[in-house]
Amino acid sequence: MHELEIAVAIVVATLRAATPLMLAGFGELVTERSGVLNLGVEGMMLMGASVGFIGTVATGSPIVGLVLAMLAGAALALVFAVLTLSLMANQVATGLALTIFGVGFSALIGVSWVGTPLQGLSTDIWPSLSTQAPIVQQLMLIDPLVWLAAILPFVAQRFLYRSRAGLVLRAVGESHDVAHALGYSVLRIRYFAVLFGGAMSGLAGAYLSLAYSPMWSENMVAGRGWIALALVVFSTWKPLWLALGSLLFGFVTIAQFQAEGLGLDLSPHLLAMLPYIATIIVLVLISRDATRLKLNAPAALGRPFHATA
Amino acid sequence: MNTTRRSLLRASLALPAAGLLTRPALAAEPFKVGFIYVAPIGDAGWTYQHELGRKALVAALGGAVTATYVENVPEEGADAERVIRKLAADGHKLIYTTSFGFMEPTLKVAKTSPKVKFAHCTGYKRAPNVSTYSARFYEGRYLTGLIAGRMTKTNVIGYVAAFPIPEVVQGINAVTLAARSVNPNVTVKVVFVSTWFDPGKERAAADTLISQGADVVMHHTDSSAVVQGAEEKGVWSFGYDSDMLRFGPKTNLTSVTMQWGDYYIAQTKDAIAGTWKSTDTWGGLKSGMVALGPFNKAVPDAVVAEVAAATAKIESGTLAPFSGPIKDQAGAVKVAAGASLGDGDILGMNWFTEGVQGKLG
Repeated sequence: MHELEIAVAIVVATLRAATPLMLAGFGELVTERSGVLNLGVEGMMLMGASVGFIGTVATGSPIVGLVLAMLAGAALALVFAVLTLSLMANQVATGLALTIFGVGFSALIGVSWVGTPLQGLSTDIWPSLSTQAPIVQQLMLIDPLVWLAAILPFVAQRFLYRSRAGLVLRAVGESHDVAHALGYSVLRIRYFAVLFGGAMSGLAGAYLSLAYSPMWSENMVAGRGWIALALVVFSTWKPLWLALGSLLFGFVTIAQFQAEGLGLDLSPHLLAMLPYIATIIVLVLISRDATRLKLNAPAALGRPFHATA
Repeated sequence: MNTTRRSLLRASLALPAAGLLTRPALAAEPFKVGFIYVAPIGDAGWTYQHELGRKALVAALGGAVTATYVENVPEEGADAERVIRKLAADGHKLIYTTSFGFMEPTLKVAKTSPKVKFAHCTGYKRAPNVSTYSARFYEGRYLTGLIAGRMTKTNVIGYVAAFPIPEVVQGINAVTLAARSVNPNVTVKVVFVSTWFDPGKERAAADTLISQGADVVMHHTDSSAVVQGAEEKGVWSFGYDSDMLRFGPKTNLTSVTMQWGDYYIAQTKDAIAGTWKSTDTWGGLKSGMVALGPFNKAVPDAVVAEVAAATAKIESGTLAPFSGPIKDQAGAVKVAAGASLGDGDILGMNWFTEGVQGKLG
């Protein structure tokens, strides 16, 4: 019985830890598949986290909060899109600037909300949560955003490889000149992709401030945006691999806590290294085959497009 | 001339909060004191407590001082040195650098500004014009351990810790010794999150400990995530740095708080009077540098009285938190009966006592 409880706790905690990485990662994957590299994920997540929190506390409705968070992420992404797509600014520099801006701006608007209490998304949906048996309590912690993150890889897989829109998106990311010659509006498609990425980052940030650790605190995303970016490369731009990477990263983090709590005879330093070691190993395994990496990376990634004809 | 102006310009650009530096008053020069904070002030936490200390200083000395601060100064890179140098150049006569990482920049600027006095928090290197100060956080931890030992029903206390360094280890051992002195069956489970600040990880670690049976959790990290997580799960918690009762009105039992005001007032008075000397201060409950915050109503009166008695004994020196007999995890005697650990051993503490479930490396 006790083992079952711990096993359920590990599975649920892994899913929850992986959710923000998956949501933000999928947004970025779609963005990058259209040929745009947006390094502003961390900043957009922070905007989503603070706006989502403020919106939920102010209106009492987490749905309003989540929608506002997506809009906030998309608004920041729009700034990026205008600068890099219309004005053809450098994508790497603009993305970094976007993160720095997001860190500061989210802190500024959130400053008077630090320390405001908020009940978590699960307690909001199941008010009886804290009185349930431990296993039921654990299962109730799987909130709708976790479900969304769980079905997303399959939806994204289908969209990218089995739909016309997905084919067009990939075409734009592979060769914008060819897509343009075929009559597709490269810039419009890229705008949509960047805005989608921003909205997903905003949602991922709001997951952190509304469900994962319901609170607002400056810089609370704590680097998860960068991990999501790394996971996109780790997945070689494939949705199912991205899901696997996020779960792996979530699992090793949670497994470290569980192992220490259970008193297993393992070094805490070694355990703390695990998620990063796992990422490095997989990256090495993937990039061992240079042609495969090249085949999978969107060929036009990071290259500005200017319609000449 | 050109170079000077350019470097001045660079220094002011380095301060996003440059506007916070007040201009020197022209009439009746007050004594200028500067503070450097590692984080934004916020409403709770390490930096917030230093800000309370600064406010206490201003309230106590009134027009005799101006106390300016620069917040959110990163420890890494050259920013810290530049900001400290700027404060010194602007005529601040006493500068408090309030984070461990400011140690080297403080000493560097102190060397080139011998007339300016510095006090560095939690460091171990001093100079003729650089003092150090810190607090015996473990004394406050010991008191929370007494409460935890009395309140736990599962006999499991969960401890979310940042890094296995002596300052953190002292707290874990103090809590364990105190809890087991009133309830010998207590185990303290330690999880290291390898970061000072990541509310998501801190919360996940607390959730893990709770799922493993802990009904009291405490943290040695910088956010209030553990206290808020405990409130939602309905288990007891303790706050750290600041009073965190409002983050867990039902379940936060009390907090270990840092009170720097009296030190700032005394040091500044000495500096004004010209009697300031480079010193090393390690204050505890007795000097008021460490104090428990308000108690939750859930703490029984008998426990409050027990804590008050222990506080009085620690203040009078009749109770030392690290007094023998103390065994380590392997059962070897670390402190013999009748003896107690000296400051040097406490400062370098790198072993867990019996009753701690966790590993240091």
